[in-house]
Amino acid sequence: MLTLQSYLSLAAIIFAIGIIGIVINRKNIIIVMMCTELLLISVNFNFIAFSYFNQDIAGQIFVFFILTVAAAEAAIGLAILVALYRNKKSIDVQELKTLRN
Amino acid sequence: MLFNLSLMALILPLIAGILAGFFGKKIGKLFTNFVTIFGVLVSLVISTYLLIIILETPSLIFNQNVYTWLEIGAYNFSIGLLVDNLTVSMMVIVNFISLMVHVYTIGYMHNDPGYHRFFCYISLFTFAMLSLVMANNFLQLFFGWEAVGVMSYLLIGFWYTKESAIKANFKAFIINRVGDMFLILGIALLFSLFGSLDYEQIFNNADSIKLQTIMLSPAWEVPSITLACLLLFGGAMGKSAQMPLHVWLPDSMEGPTPISALIHAATMVTAGVFMLARMSPLFELSASALSFVLIVGSVTAISTGLLGLVQYDIKRVIAYSTLSQLGYMVVAAGVSAYSASLFHLMTHAFFKALLFLAAGSVIVALHHEQDIRKMGGLRSKLPITYITSLIGSLALIGFPGFSGFFSKDALIEAVFHSDAYASDFAYYCVLIGVFVTSLYTFRLFFVVFHGQLKEENKHVKEPQLSILIPLIFLAIPSMLIAWPTVGPMVFNGFFSNSIIQPTSIDLFGYQYTDSYHFLTHSLSGPVVYIAILGILVTYFLYIIKTELPDKLAVIFKPFYQVLINKYYFDHLYENIFARFFNQLGKSLWNIGDIKFIDNFIVNGTAERVGYISNRLRQLQSGYIYHYALMMVLGLSVFLAWVVLKSVGLMS
Repeated sequence: MLTLQSYLSLAAIIFAIGIIGIVINRKNIIIVMMCTELLLISVNFNFIAFSYFNQDIAGQIFVFFILTVAAAEAAIGLAILVALYRNKKSIDVQELKTLRN
Repeated sequence: MLFNLSLMALILPLIAGILAGFFGKKIGKLFTNFVTIFGVLVSLVISTYLLIIILETPSLIFNQNVYTWLEIGAYNFSIGLLVDNLTVSMMVIVNFISLMVHVYTIGYMHNDPGYHRFFCYISLFTFAMLSLVMANNFLQLFFGWEAVGVMSYLLIGFWYTKESAIKANFKAFIINRVGDMFLILGIALLFSLFGSLDYEQIFNNADSIKLQTIMLSPAWEVPSITLACLLLFGGAMGKSAQMPLHVWLPDSMEGPTPISALIHAATMVTAGVFMLARMSPLFELSASALSFVLIVGSVTAISTGLLGLVQYDIKRVIAYSTLSQLGYMVVAAGVSAYSASLFHLMTHAFFKALLFLAAGSVIVALHHEQDIRKMGGLRSKLPITYITSLIGSLALIGFPGFSGFFSKDALIEAVFHSDAYASDFAYYCVLIGVFVTSLYTFRLFFVVFHGQLKEENKHVKEPQLSILIPLIFLAIPSMLIAWPTVGPMVFNGFFSNSIIQPTSIDLFGYQYTDSYHFLTHSLSGPVVYIAILGILVTYFLYIIKTELPDKLAVIFKPFYQVLINKYYFDHLYENIFARFFNQLGKSLWNIGDIKFIDNFIVNGTAERVGYISNRLRQLQSGYIYHYALMMVLGLSVFLAWVVLKSVGLMS
């Protein structure tokens, strides 16, 4: 019998993987974007779990919106990524430190 | 009328000095000469007039405030003039010597680039000295005291490119500072005791604190009057160059000779003696302070005289003689014979100024040569200087009939008849001092004017008239001044309205009738014979057996070494006090200034700020994932806070 707790644990684990992926990732900016998607997915997971156990459809509606926004965001992110690559000939996060100074 | 006149006598030298200082160079020498000499001359005329007036009608002496300088609560600090017999006689002496020195300077400094500056300084000095003697309160006394000190400093270092002169004026200033510190402490003590700085109020109430004591430490209580007197005398020791604060005076001879005559022989250095006399109502209340004065004076009188025997600089010999004579004056004050002390001050002013100016005349004639070993046989070349020097020397040793004879004899007589503590010691000191005085005086005289004329001095001739005239004018009072004045000044209470003289008649074993009897009476005492014996010994040593002094120096080598090193006072001060304060200053500079203020407070602040911001800068790495981590961490902290708060785990 799956309980709410199991869903929330799974979501938390996915969320943690996402965070860790962003923080310890030293190589590729695409992984950062993927991890961002993971974060969103873990949140969606929570929404769905609560929606199911609370018998409230609003949570599932929310998920649709989030997925839409996430898709748009991924599209923009990839577009920026392509532009970045054209400029820098690299998508290495280690070299993207122009926020400094 | 008299008040305005005496105010004028005080102010004129000040105005003259300012005019000469600011405009002299632009307008010319004649202008400088005119204003400064005019100022001092008018001041002298007024002083003489005041003297005559006061002699005729003694009730005319006055003590009047000019204006209130400062008012603090109930306390008034006024500027005022006290003109009584003591003040007037000091004014006449100061102005007369100053006038002579002004005239002399025209010749002595005539091609010096600092001509106008010099006249400015000596006029200002005259003003400062007059304000010292005319003061009617301690504040003004202190002003005059410091002002003469400053002028002395400026004039010793007059040739400021000469390193030795700069060192000498520093030395004079610093040692005077030691004395002045005592003086101002004394004044402060008197102010706390009497609540006023006015002479009249303090002297009138002096009896009321006779039994009062002051606690220096829980176990040590001293009579406050004794403490006050000792502190005041500490000031006098600095200014009047008494042991052990005497070391500045010989070095002050680095200044031009007219200054040595005016400031460092005739007037400024006698300020301490003047003050002792002025404060007589206080000193009379403290026998122990007087005994201290007596001991210091007699030690100074004998020991500094001995130093004059081994010096080769013509001015330094006379400087040591000045020290010794100042010791005499202090001794007289120590046995309460203030009038004898002041009388000696007066005669000394004349003959010592004369001796210095004569020495200056020799120095000018020999083109600024001061070493007596390079002189000799100048008698035929400089007849006027020779005769005036002879008069000065005879007056200094107290040869019968000369002014120094009367003053020194009265003084020694007073010491002899005194029954103060240590007066026997003082008596022998001053008696030996008489012998030493005639030794060094005539040693100088014989070496300079007698003996073989040196080859390079064949063409020496008398300097110009403005140098010779003051010599003659000073020689006359050096010979004669004592004849009419010894009676009134010493014995008949000329000063009785200014100073206290408790036992003035008892001090002397006989009743004074007139100067002639005084002279014949003194011939029965030992003083004259000791002085003449001194001349004979010197004659034998420096004219007949000229090789003997050098042999004596070899025989008494240890003693000679002590004298040539001036009792090691300079060594003591340099190696102990100067070094100590140097070290103290250096360590304060190193630790307090460099380490604490500069490095810790100023640079330290900047360094800390730099260090911390450097650390904070590390946070801004520019990596997105760092920022993201921070964001997440921050968010978690906030969330945790909100959650914990909502469940009531945190207040």
